[in-house]
Amino acid sequence: MRKFDTKVQHLKYKVLREVAKQAWNDTLLDNLLDIPKIIVPGNTPTMRCCVYKERAILGERVKMAMGGDEDNPNVIQVIEIACDECPMGGYEVTNACRGCLAHRCEDVCRFGAITFDYQHVAHIDKSKCKNCGACAKVCPYTAINCRRRPCENACKIKALHMNENKAAAIDNDKCISCGACVYQCPFGAITDKSYILNVIDILKKSDHNKNYKVFAVVAPSISSQFTYAKLGQVITGLKELGFHTVVEAALGADMVADAECKELAEKGFLTSSCCPAFVSYIEKSFPQLLPYVSHNLSPMAAISKYLKEHEDTPCKVVFIGPCTAKKAEVRKESVRPYVDEAMTFEELQALFDSRDIDITQLPEGVLDNASYFGRIFARCGGLSDAVAEGLKENGITDFELKACSCDGIEECRLALLKKKSNRLDANFIEGMACVGGCIGGAGCLTHGEKNRTEVDKYGQEAMEKTIRDAISMLK
Amino acid sequence: MKVTVCIGSSCHIKGSRQVAEQLKKLVDEHKLEDRVELTGTFCMGKCQQGVCVTLNDAFYSVTPDTAAAFFQEHILHKA
Repeated sequence: MRKFDTKVQHLKYKVLREVAKQAWNDTLLDNLLDIPKIIVPGNTPTMRCCVYKERAILGERVKMAMGGDEDNPNVIQVIEIACDECPMGGYEVTNACRGCLAHRCEDVCRFGAITFDYQHVAHIDKSKCKNCGACAKVCPYTAINCRRRPCENACKIKALHMNENKAAAIDNDKCISCGACVYQCPFGAITDKSYILNVIDILKKSDHNKNYKVFAVVAPSISSQFTYAKLGQVITGLKELGFHTVVEAALGADMVADAECKELAEKGFLTSSCCPAFVSYIEKSFPQLLPYVSHNLSPMAAISKYLKEHEDTPCKVVFIGPCTAKKAEVRKESVRPYVDEAMTFEELQALFDSRDIDITQLPEGVLDNASYFGRIFARCGGLSDAVAEGLKENGITDFELKACSCDGIEECRLALLKKKSNRLDANFIEGMACVGGCIGGAGCLTHGEKNRTEVDKYGQEAMEKTIRDAISMLK
Repeated sequence: MKVTVCIGSSCHIKGSRQVAEQLKKLVDEHKLEDRVELTGTFCMGKCQQGVCVTLNDAFYSVTPDTAAAFFQEHILHKA
């Protein structure tokens, strides 16, 4: 059964599973140094030039599985020895250039960077080239290619560069921890720190929920994940892992939608606060727009706050979702009291398998707390739909919603730039750092075309059809 | 008296919202707001017997159809 998109994810998973297995058995410290050899047992290299390099990198992956470098505040970290130092020459003329007469490349270049040798073959003068790509677009032989590192290509906000050793390096002042580079690096050299040891510790110390109850709050994008089993089986699997019960983050989304539409009508303009990478982007790159960020907690934090404040007995909350930036969000001062730890779907798969839980063999549990509108937060446009519904349900008629749904951080950037210069024709920015929304998150097991449909289907299956009915339970 | 209605997924599907709404309405009608504290919790671990309701610490299984009778029998005269 295919559980992941790439072999990089699979490798990361194998490390997480092994670390988790040892942690459950209290043998992690004894066997820590043996884990690389457990994963690459023989003498034949399977991924790199020799087994020793493979094991050295695996040693670093084990560290990442155990929380990574504590001195680095970013939850995304480069494993320098795993970086293949990919070429990054920018636009180059390949030998497909036939030395034609037309010279469209020369005509289109605004910087005079194209020259020709005695065989009429084009060359790019690197000192003049601005990497605009115009020449590549007009070449009838597609003879001009751009050589960029996959990580830099993935990072649309330019937080990645090359350090003095030619390895990838992250600029923490810009990085929003969205994880796009993590998913795109073909060598798995950039990765999200894992806090599964904290999750295991929380579950163990609860002593089967006797000392405190452990709640799993799951993101609605789960509907597009674990497709080899049924969602109900994932829920039962979570209880087998030791969680008291599972609650939908989408119920928090219903709470947010209800509050957000009122705040929006009152203030007249807002940017959403659900996506932690989008909020972090505003904090780091558009600080002058901070006053416009919605004051609502994210759906994850909103439902977790409710649990912490309303449950009779003490409880702990673990968020499970597609998002690497959530790991940073739960460490924020304003969220820390409510959410004890966050992990990704990738990590949940590793936890299941570390306990030999085959979810396909389990009976189906149920998950039904939220409304259709809370559930569709998982895909781009869902939040705006929910805010429109919230306005309707609350009878707010003197405010007309003009939403700008931004699909991916590049669209977010454009909308924020327009807002900064007062050229934005909208009164609400729904910012989703990942393309497609949360279903495009770096911590997803798989990313597929059908994921959006899966989320909508899951939304329609919700018992409650309105936001008000879903949140009436909480009053 | 503390009345807790389970609002976890399993009980929700079996109608815990309707149970909670009915109990709230009956409590209000009989002006028992000061004496009956109505709260919710996510899962009591007895999903098969839902909708799960506890009175102080005693456990009861209620459905939207039996909620009114349950109120008459266990809450009205004891609160």
